[in-house]
Parts: sequence; structure tokens; C-alpha cells
Amino acid sequence: MHEMSLCESVLQIIEQQAKAQQFAKVKTVWLEIGALSGVEPEAMHFSFEVVMQGSLAEQAKLEIIEVPGLAWCLPCSCEVLVQQLYDECPHCGSHQLQIVGGDQMRIKELEVE
Amino acid sequence: MCGVCGCGEGPIHSHDEPHDHEHAHDHSHDHGHHHHEHSAEHSHAPGLTQARMVQIEQDILAKNNRYADENRRYFSERGMLALNLVSSPGSGKTTLLTETILRLKDELSIAVIEGDQQTARDADRIRATGVPALQINTGKGCHLDAHRVGHGLESLNLPEHSLLFIENVGNLVCPSAFDLGEAHKVVILSVTEGEDKPIKYPDMFHAADLMILNKTDLLPYLDFDSAQCISYAKQVNPRIKVLSLSAKTGEGMENWLIWLRAEMALQRIAYA
Repeated sequence: MHEMSLCESVLQIIEQQAKAQQFAKVKTVWLEIGALSGVEPEAMHFSFEVVMQGSLAEQAKLEIIEVPGLAWCLPCSCEVLVQQLYDECPHCGSHQLQIVGGDQMRIKELEVE
Repeated sequence: MCGVCGCGEGPIHSHDEPHDHEHAHDHSHDHGHHHHEHSAEHSHAPGLTQARMVQIEQDILAKNNRYADENRRYFSERGMLALNLVSSPGSGKTTLLTETILRLKDELSIAVIEGDQQTARDADRIRATGVPALQINTGKGCHLDAHRVGHGLESLNLPEHSLLFIENVGNLVCPSAFDLGEAHKVVILSVTEGEDKPIKYPDMFHAADLMILNKTDLLPYLDFDSAQCISYAKQVNPRIKVLSLSAKTGEGMENWLIWLRAEMALQRIAYA
């Protein structure tokens, strides 16, 4: 359940931003979560509600933008889509894949007032 | 993460964060290939509400990663080797450590940071070998973070060229995401567990540089397929190296000691 501490980090960033950018209430939070980030969107939604209670983002809606996993296949020398870290290259079946995308977890933007 | 010790933001500043800016939200948002619908209240009419958009573009783990960078700088300045030991509960991490320490403590300065949800039992076991150990209880937390490890370093105050083992909370999921500033994550898997653990918990095996297959003395009594297990690990992480050993009988320990000595030697290189 590290989604809980991730949500705590999200709240900390929101609180810093609230001071810097002068807002008092957050209406929507957009997170960008990669398919290979190890973060479960459902658990994130659950934790978000719990962690944001009593904060300036208490009523905020969480929108998760899911980003597909992307790997560089060494034998094929091209980028391929992967769902899991243990996937093989869909073209050549190799596991010589380097993850190049879809491992991020970022706060993208906020709708505030 | 700073809630525990109340030390606030800490002295760490980052210069690589994007500068945040706000922009009037009078254009339609385009998130490219992501299937993402903005909600109805998002398209507000000007003048009716003060709602606005604030761009953040920040890694959720940015703060942890800044502390991890600080730890990494600390290790590098002192020529220290820090290893983050991760595994499920009961894989034999603490026994591996006590057996390793007994074999190396006369030639190296060694210390251990122990992460557990509760009790100081593991730190007590390490201290019995005669090396300093610091217990960090994470309470309800499921992993160590770089900030708490940084405070641990302050109180341990280790000499240069020390070998620091950070024994993470027994958990094959959460510690994979949290960089502590270590040189390597070392994942320990005991042969009493399933050989399919690397593909069941791929994040951890993907994040580790070395896998130790422990308790090999029990192999004659089990159906554990070592070759299959190693093949699964390489499927998740083609670069992972594997050592098989039994911390209890000492079989295979020599290779682990060679690996540790070699990694220690590499920390003495002062790169330009």
C-alpha cells in the first residue's frame, strides 16, 4: 500500500503549490501514472480520498491519465509497447528490453480556485 | 514523509525542478494519445468562477529522490558502499547479514540500518556481531524512505570507506519505488518461496542489480526449480546477476564476499 504514502507526497506538493500560487481549494488533480510504475490506479483512488480528508483538496476529484509501457528492443532496435516488466518483444520474442516510458508517476496539473 | 520527525522541508533544494506557472485555461486540453476526458465543470465560463489551472509537472517522488541524491552524495564523498537489501519477510536477510559481518568485520568497517514496522529485534541481532546497527521502525509504513535513512546516517556517523547495509522492510512491493541513495538494490529470495516470485513481483526484480538465492541447503527437500527461477528473474531484468548460497551452511558465501569486496574497491575510484 505505498499508494498511501504517494498520496501523502501529492498532498505535500499541493500544499507547497497553494502557498506559491495562491489558491485555497483544489477541484481536480491530474496524475500521470505509467503502466510500469507499480502504482495501482484503483488503490490510488482509494488512498487519495483518505489522505485528502480535512485538506484543501478534500473535495477534489482525482483524474488518472494512464500512460502505456514502452520499451526499446535491443535485437529489433525499435520501440515496442509492453504491459508488464516481464513481457517479451511482440516482434522477436526477446526479453532484451529496456524500459523507456510508462514508469512515471507525476502530478501533471491542478484545477484550483 | 517529514511528518514523523517534524523537521519540515529540510535543507535540500533542487535546481532541476520545472518552474511552475499558471495559465489561463481558455483552450481545450490535449493529452495526446491518452484517453482522457476532462470533466464537465472543467470547461468553466469566464467570470462565473475563479477556477483556474495550475501546471505542476512534478514527479510524485521528487522529494524522496532529492533526499536520495543527498544520501548518494554523502556515500560518494566518503567512499562508502551502501546496499539496499530487499525481500519478502523471512527470506533470511538478517541471517545473511550476521554471517557476512562475521566474515568481513576484521577487514572492513561495517554498519547496518534496519527497517522494520516494529521492534528492535533485528538491530539487536546485528549488534551481537559487534558492529553498529540503527533500528528504524516505520510503524504502519511499508518501506524505508530516503529522508529517514538520511537521518539514520547522521546518527550513525560512520567512518570513511564503510560498508553500509540497509535492510529494508520485508516487502517485495513498496520498497522498489523508493530510492534510498544506495549503489545497488540486492533482492534476496529464499528457495522455500515460489520460483515464480520474480514475475509475480516484477517491480522489485526489475529494480535490483543482484539477486541472492538463499537457503540452498534446503533444495534437496523442496520442488524449487532454481533454473526456472533465474530464468524468470532475467525475463524481468536481463541485467540481473544471481548468486546462490546458504547463509546457514556457508555454501556459496565466498562468491558473495568476492562481490562485496569488488564493489567496495569500486567506491575508492575518484571519478573525474
